[in-house]
Amino acid sequence: AMEDVCAKFVSQKISKARWRPLPAAALQPPDVFATGSWDNEDNRISIWSVGDLGNVGLNGEYQGEPQLLCDIRHNGDVMDMQFLDQERIVVASSTGTVTVLRHHQNNQTLSANQRWEKAHYHVDQDSCCGGAACTGVICNNPEIVTVGEDGRINQFRADQKEAVRTINNADSSTLHAVTFLRTTEILTVNSIGQLKIWDLRQQRNEPSQIFSLTGDRVPLHCVDRHPNQQHIVATGGQDGMLSIWDIRQDTMPVSLLNAHEAEMWEVHFHPSSPDHLFTCSEDGSLWHWDTSRDIAEKPSFLHQGGRSTTYLSHNTINQSIVSAWLSNDPTKDRMEITNLIPNQTLSVNSLDILGPCLVYGTDAEAIYVNRQLF
Amino acid sequence: SARQLCFAWGPAEVLVCETRFGRRGGCPSGAGSGSGRARLPGALTGCVAGTGEGAPSSSRLFVVRRDQDIYIQTLRKLFNESHGIFVGLQRSEAEPAGTSRKAQLVQVSKNYRSVIRACMEDMHQAAISARDPALQSQYSTQVSILSAMELIWNLCEILFIEAAAAGPLLLRLLDWVRLHVCDVDSMVREVLSSENPSKHELFWNVVDIFVLQGRMDEARHLLSKEASANPTSLNMYKILDDLMKKMPVPSLGNTQTLTEMELKWQHWHEECQRYLQDGTFASNSHMESICKILLGDEDAILEKKELMTTWYHFLVTRLLYSHPTVKPMELRFYAQACMDVFLGGESSPEPLDTILMAAFEFEMHQVIKECSIALSNWWFVAHLTDLLDHCKLLQSHNLYFGSNMREFLLLEYASGLFSHHSLWQLGVDYFDHCPEYGRVYLELHIERIPLSTEQKALKVLRICEQRQMHAQVRSICKIMAMKALRNNRLGSALSWSIRAKDAAFATLISDRFLKDYCERGCFSDLDLIDNLGPSMLLSDRLTFLGKYREFHRLYGEKRFPEAARLLLMLMTAHIAPCSFWMTLLTDALPLLEQKEVIFSAEQTYELMRCLEDLTAAKSDKQKLQDDAETMKVEMLRLALARNLARVIVEEGTLEGS
Repeated sequence: AMEDVCAKFVSQKISKARWRPLPAAALQPPDVFATGSWDNEDNRISIWSVGDLGNVGLNGEYQGEPQLLCDIRHNGDVMDMQFLDQERIVVASSTGTVTVLRHHQNNQTLSANQRWEKAHYHVDQDSCCGGAACTGVICNNPEIVTVGEDGRINQFRADQKEAVRTINNADSSTLHAVTFLRTTEILTVNSIGQLKIWDLRQQRNEPSQIFSLTGDRVPLHCVDRHPNQQHIVATGGQDGMLSIWDIRQDTMPVSLLNAHEAEMWEVHFHPSSPDHLFTCSEDGSLWHWDTSRDIAEKPSFLHQGGRSTTYLSHNTINQSIVSAWLSNDPTKDRMEITNLIPNQTLSVNSLDILGPCLVYGTDAEAIYVNRQLF
Repeated sequence: SARQLCFAWGPAEVLVCETRFGRRGGCPSGAGSGSGRARLPGALTGCVAGTGEGAPSSSRLFVVRRDQDIYIQTLRKLFNESHGIFVGLQRSEAEPAGTSRKAQLVQVSKNYRSVIRACMEDMHQAAISARDPALQSQYSTQVSILSAMELIWNLCEILFIEAAAAGPLLLRLLDWVRLHVCDVDSMVREVLSSENPSKHELFWNVVDIFVLQGRMDEARHLLSKEASANPTSLNMYKILDDLMKKMPVPSLGNTQTLTEMELKWQHWHEECQRYLQDGTFASNSHMESICKILLGDEDAILEKKELMTTWYHFLVTRLLYSHPTVKPMELRFYAQACMDVFLGGESSPEPLDTILMAAFEFEMHQVIKECSIALSNWWFVAHLTDLLDHCKLLQSHNLYFGSNMREFLLLEYASGLFSHHSLWQLGVDYFDHCPEYGRVYLELHIERIPLSTEQKALKVLRICEQRQMHAQVRSICKIMAMKALRNNRLGSALSWSIRAKDAAFATLISDRFLKDYCERGCFSDLDLIDNLGPSMLLSDRLTFLGKYREFHRLYGEKRFPEAARLLLMLMTAHIAPCSFWMTLLTDALPLLEQKEVIFSAEQTYELMRCLEDLTAAKSDKQKLQDDAETMKVEMLRLALARNLARVIVEEGTLEGS
């Protein structure tokens, strides 16, 4: 329902928006998120709160707009951002620097906790300039993996000054995004339409597998893995196409789904209801892809509210339930897709989804929060 | 003095410097013809202020901006939110005209105003929380500017966009005054929140304020409190209350005609007149003065000058009690008269007065002109003019320099946005809706956006591609490809030139790959070269690169006959550049030395011809001075001859069998 969306103009173009992860036992929806800006003279990382109880109306509906808790200057555009844990955020900069920020919740301040200067660079790391944009970062506490325009892959540990591992020239084109496949394996996407798997245990500086789009090698900008079925991977491309891959078998995508008219900047499976997927794009749209309908034998967990841990904990998800994403035949209209932004104008650069809550940020300098998505 | 000014025009700023030249002097070299890049928006972000102490030299450079307000942080909300409304308005064009169209346009106008008000609120909060007094006064100034903008806009909305007719017109103007004359609000609050309002020293002031603003119910409510405290004059209160209750007001709907209204008004007016003349209120000067106001007595109203604070409040109050059915076209006479009387020759009209007066006179162009001069931004005039244009109110007005006023103002505003390091994205949509020059402006501005990251380049590129701006697409890709090349990122460089379909640049990069190969004996960036796909056909050299790599792959996979066929084809079909033939022939050597025969007789002849062509062409130009090369040729000739011998035997055997 669109009327539940709350907007705030923040006088800076938002490049990233991320919910703070919930503690394991939490039952309430997320209430704090972080944003990063880009293309400003003075870029910032900001922490926002939406959970002010004083703002909840009589019927329990949410009314207030996000409140700024604290912010800190950031050198360069914020290219990517991930929470490492409840308190720490890893930020990728266009200068090539990777920073771990700590959010001090007692006095609402942010401070730099760890910094890898020019983790990504062209030609010479020590020269005054020559940093290469770090385009993607992914965390699995304490592991941090970053990729960049320099085609480099770095593996860091949050508390360690030196990189655990660096793969120079891992890719001859620009690496746009990275995600964990398993604890020791990562997925990267690049600007010539390739999806690669890297096994970080192997000393070889080569990907263990390469998947590729056919035809025009349309650049891929984002990647996410199905939270429960690790062989299902979604990527988004420059032409706005959503590709679903089954990395157990083909080297080509299982399905190509078209909705956006320009670059797809982010793709996210819903972490606890992975029948739902969300994508946002340069064309100013944000699509909700829903495969939960029409599959009768599958119980719906969406209306229970909060996290559907039952779905995760039981290991019953095997071949008996065919994944809607792989069996899906778009021509049969089994997938319901909805644009969540009716009057789109400028790019939606980032989105994050956790529980019933959606947050997204745009080049029109606004952040939007929807706390009752389901 | 003899000093002269020198100008250099930038896209959104002007460089001004003093020169030493006299009246006849030219522009000093350097300052006037400085490199284009140096005066680009991003490069100069602050105004270079001169000390102005009469220094004789011209060593200072001044940057004059066309739109100062673009750089105010708190106004970014205004620019962004109104951008959305603007785009929505342009899209709504296709919908049918009619009465619903008018309602739609009024709604758009209200949306713009609510954005101004929201921004004003933020600015107000900022002013309150600012500790630095200079900053505080800066915010306060902004609040008053925004407030004036909203005041003007609201009046334009009533008069031009909604075009309220006689009757409703007055009601709208009353709303307008109530909304904007807030100086007295604190007084009202103070009295109403006091323990016993009727005993408050400002009690009658507040009653007067209500009456002057036509807020009869509130005035009566207050009066009733006073009445209950004064039982002796209860009758007087009742009469006044009754008069106020009975006052006829124009209706918004069609429930009564203007004539009906005027008739009722006449009766009521006469009744008031009677009570005043028979001295009903003589014992209470406050109530007597209120009755005079109800009668529209100019002097009685003017006595309350301090409570109205502005001439336009005075105007609306006078209209309310003297000419409630005023027609739009009559406004100008009353407005002029009220302003003259109110200001009373003590003070001359300020810009805001002139603007409002122009609006009351229905001089739309004058309003826009005066606003352009008085306000420090183009936002206001650009958006207001666009809206008026959508109301089909500005059709006939063309400017002498080609495009119309709407377009001119939008171009100015959008150029200002483009001069900002971050707001440039908003400017694109404004240019899009300028049919005459928008495209040219966009082309000129977009090329000047600094491309700091690939992601930003992609965003700029998308803007250009959507508008088929091929020259700009090529230029952006070339810039990015050059950057990648400088950083030794051949793969990235190639992707950029493929995206721009830039064959020449693809050839250049392919040559770099081949050169690297010749030097190092192995290919870099295999992941890219192996995956060229159809883009391989972009340039001959790229095709060759891809095919040559394919040859190496076939060879590596020990698919020799296929490798041999491909290698030969590269030369005979002239895919390979001549400079590379020697390398290719050398690559043939190991194939010729294989245990089994790979090249057929015919293929061997072709190889021989290639070798001879090459050596012939070479010896024409220069003798083979290189010993190593001569030896290579000899080795090749030997290998070819040996292969030919083997193949003749083998083929002969095959034929024979």
